[in-house]
Amino acid sequence: MNTPALETQGLHKRFGALTVANAVDFRLEGGARHALIGPNGAGKTTFVELVTGALQPSAGQIRLDGADITHLPQAARVKRGLVRTFQITALFPRLSVLENVTLAICERQGIAGGLFRPAGYHRTAIEEAHALLERLGLEDDALRPVNMLAYGRQRLIEIAVSLALSPKVLLLDEPAAGVPSSESGTIIGVIERLPSDIAVLIIEHDMDLVFRLAQRITVLVRGSILVEGPPEAIAADPEVRRVYLGERVPT
Amino acid sequence: MADTLSAAISIGFHGLAFAMVLYLISVGLSVTMGLMGFVNLAHGVFAMAGGYVVTSLMSRWGVPFLPALLGAAVAVSLASIPIERVLYRRLYGGEELDQVLLTMGLVFMSVAGATYVWGPLQQPLQPPQWLSGAVDLGVRSFPAYRSFLILCGAVLVTALWLAIERTRFGARVRASVDNLRMAQSVGIDTSRLFMMTFALGSGLAGLGGGLGADLLAINPSYALQNLAYFLIVVAVGGLGSIRGPFVAALLLGIADSGFKYLLPEFGAFFIYTLTMAILLWRPHGLFGRA
Amino acid sequence: MTPSRAVEAFARRHRYHPFEALPWLAAVAAYFVFPDYLALGAQILATILFALSADLVLGYAGIVTLGHAAFFGTGAYTAGILAAHGWGEPITGLFAGAAVAALLGFLSGLVVLRTTGLALLMQTLVVATMVAEAANKASFITGGDDGLQGMEVWPIFGWFRFDLFGRTSYAYCLIALILCWLAARQIVHSPFGRSLTGIRENVRRMHAIGAPVARRRLTIYTISAALAGISGALIAQTTQFVSLSFLSLERSGTVLIMLIIGGVGRLYGAFIGVPLYMVAQNRFSEIDPVYWYFWIGLLMVLVVGFARGGLLGLFDRLRQ
Repeated sequence: MNTPALETQGLHKRFGALTVANAVDFRLEGGARHALIGPNGAGKTTFVELVTGALQPSAGQIRLDGADITHLPQAARVKRGLVRTFQITALFPRLSVLENVTLAICERQGIAGGLFRPAGYHRTAIEEAHALLERLGLEDDALRPVNMLAYGRQRLIEIAVSLALSPKVLLLDEPAAGVPSSESGTIIGVIERLPSDIAVLIIEHDMDLVFRLAQRITVLVRGSILVEGPPEAIAADPEVRRVYLGERVPT
Repeated sequence: MADTLSAAISIGFHGLAFAMVLYLISVGLSVTMGLMGFVNLAHGVFAMAGGYVVTSLMSRWGVPFLPALLGAAVAVSLASIPIERVLYRRLYGGEELDQVLLTMGLVFMSVAGATYVWGPLQQPLQPPQWLSGAVDLGVRSFPAYRSFLILCGAVLVTALWLAIERTRFGARVRASVDNLRMAQSVGIDTSRLFMMTFALGSGLAGLGGGLGADLLAINPSYALQNLAYFLIVVAVGGLGSIRGPFVAALLLGIADSGFKYLLPEFGAFFIYTLTMAILLWRPHGLFGRA
Repeated sequence: MTPSRAVEAFARRHRYHPFEALPWLAAVAAYFVFPDYLALGAQILATILFALSADLVLGYAGIVTLGHAAFFGTGAYTAGILAAHGWGEPITGLFAGAAVAALLGFLSGLVVLRTTGLALLMQTLVVATMVAEAANKASFITGGDDGLQGMEVWPIFGWFRFDLFGRTSYAYCLIALILCWLAARQIVHSPFGRSLTGIRENVRRMHAIGAPVARRRLTIYTISAALAGISGALIAQTTQFVSLSFLSLERSGTVLIMLIIGGVGRLYGAFIGVPLYMVAQNRFSEIDPVYWYFWIGLLMVLVVGFARGGLLGLFDRLRQ
């Protein structure tokens, strides 16, 4: 049996009387293209926060490539290759695109704590950052501050920053959210071209995107997994239809 | 044994009086910071203004004590409105540093202004005849003015808490502190709400400043001298909380009183250390929200 | 832009620009042009260092503090107490001031930097107030309200005496400032310094790229405290006096004001804001200290309202 790239066992989170994650058992295989869907408030982003360490679980275990990371701090998980993007763009607004990505690369390479040599001396890091921008078609905006760019470009930069960290597991939280349809094509293209050795989990509302990108879909409702399976099975599942469309299932 | 009990009662009494003053002054600041997210270092200026108005009304125009207090509260409350509308409003949701600098600037101006108008010396408060001397409760007698202070404070605090819990205005304040965007989307006019809570908080501060003039001396550097105390009450109590600052004020008042009585050299240290310990344990204050 | 051009531009940001020589040329020129004002000049130079230290935490790491005077005063009292008790060697006094201030910065930073926002602001104020209380109570060492008396600072390297005209003081402060500024500039342009701007811009994102945020903040806080300590020691040594006002809330507040006037987070804001403030204060507060307070308060209110970014910011906006 292959060790899954990411696995949760009995992951549980309570806020007082409110359970936002209900004993979630989840597997993400290596190289997977997996989608997590569910109605608003189902707890999808909470799941991401629990997995990445931004939130501490009330119970349960999280394993990354077989190793228990349940009590590791967020930064340590990132160093092991567990990377996320944010649903609402979280970049460094007044810094340039190149700088945003370079900061991530420096952290990954472990040179970001250096006090004595100028950042400019680390040419390889800067060149790697620039190469990444080129791969994503962002090189023309390299020196422009992020807050001056169109929102769709910013979402792309989010992905660039996450790729700069050499992820083994990539959690994309609504990558196309808030992006006009004219720009979302680029983002979808980038996701499709992600290296096949990265395990990708996408949280999305846009069903077209989900069915286009995912090989496997998990449906989360009110903190619990409702059903899991390949796209065709999910599309046909009457429970899923009911949850999303409110259809009454004929008994 | 009787001595210890007597000492404890004294400490409790004076601590409670001090707590009342601190609370009346600081509750407005707690709501301002919790509701508008605005770091108002100049809040002490309103308390100071209240103190100056009361002492001036009484000594220069012979206004009796209670009307003077009321007048101070109303005057300060009204005067605070243009400051909120013209200056503070521009910085809501803005950078903390900007708010710190703006309000610091106002504090500096207030120090200069107060020195210019009233001179650098402390304004003593002459309590009215009917409040001087002591109140004899049989077993013990208590200073009359402080007793009045506690009573007055208790009445005001109760009225405030009732208003917050029972009135529509109070409900709107609570809703907005809890979730501003949600409150706006259900149609609450948050801009007007800000203005009214700010005016109310400033008025209460003015009242507290006037009432507490013999505990916190009225002089031009008032806002600077007492800034730490007000911020401690709010930070320890929890931003946006109405009850939290009361607990914090009690802690601070009794600690201050106790140490003045027992170990006058170390009172300040104890309070500051306690504050840091509490903030370390609960960074958002005892009753604050994350 | 071709790849090499963007990368080149980015990699060269730390290079020295000819404009950067201006403040130093001005400082050296002032030595000859204003021989009667060298004592004030030395104060200005030392205060520039203080503002620079505050800029590192405020402008680069985004830590808003109301208690930076605690480090300034600690450095001052350390150097002062040494000089008042028989060890008047100035350079070791500077190092001692830096070390003690850094220690205070480290210890208080461990506690204070666990939070952000109001709690952080509050705690920096509490720490500074505690240090001021301690200095007040320990008046047998610090001189309490009367200030520290009896400092005797030895000549530098046994040769350069601190004279009445302030010539030695001026040169001493200028050299200290240059060295500290070079260090600060180096830090700001290092990967560490760049990561600080990341922390300021979006701390959540910094966590998400695996940065040890707490460690970085503590490091810059400690370094900043050391530099503030040096500036305090410089003032103590050149005026041969330390008082409780070195630790006051006013001192913490005015350093913020001086920085804002020049511009925060640009490394040079201190060089513009401090001389302007201090020269103006020197002029006007002699006429009437009360009025000075009023006008500086008013200036603050206006700057925050209309000239956010300080003079350097205005300059930037005019350039566009």
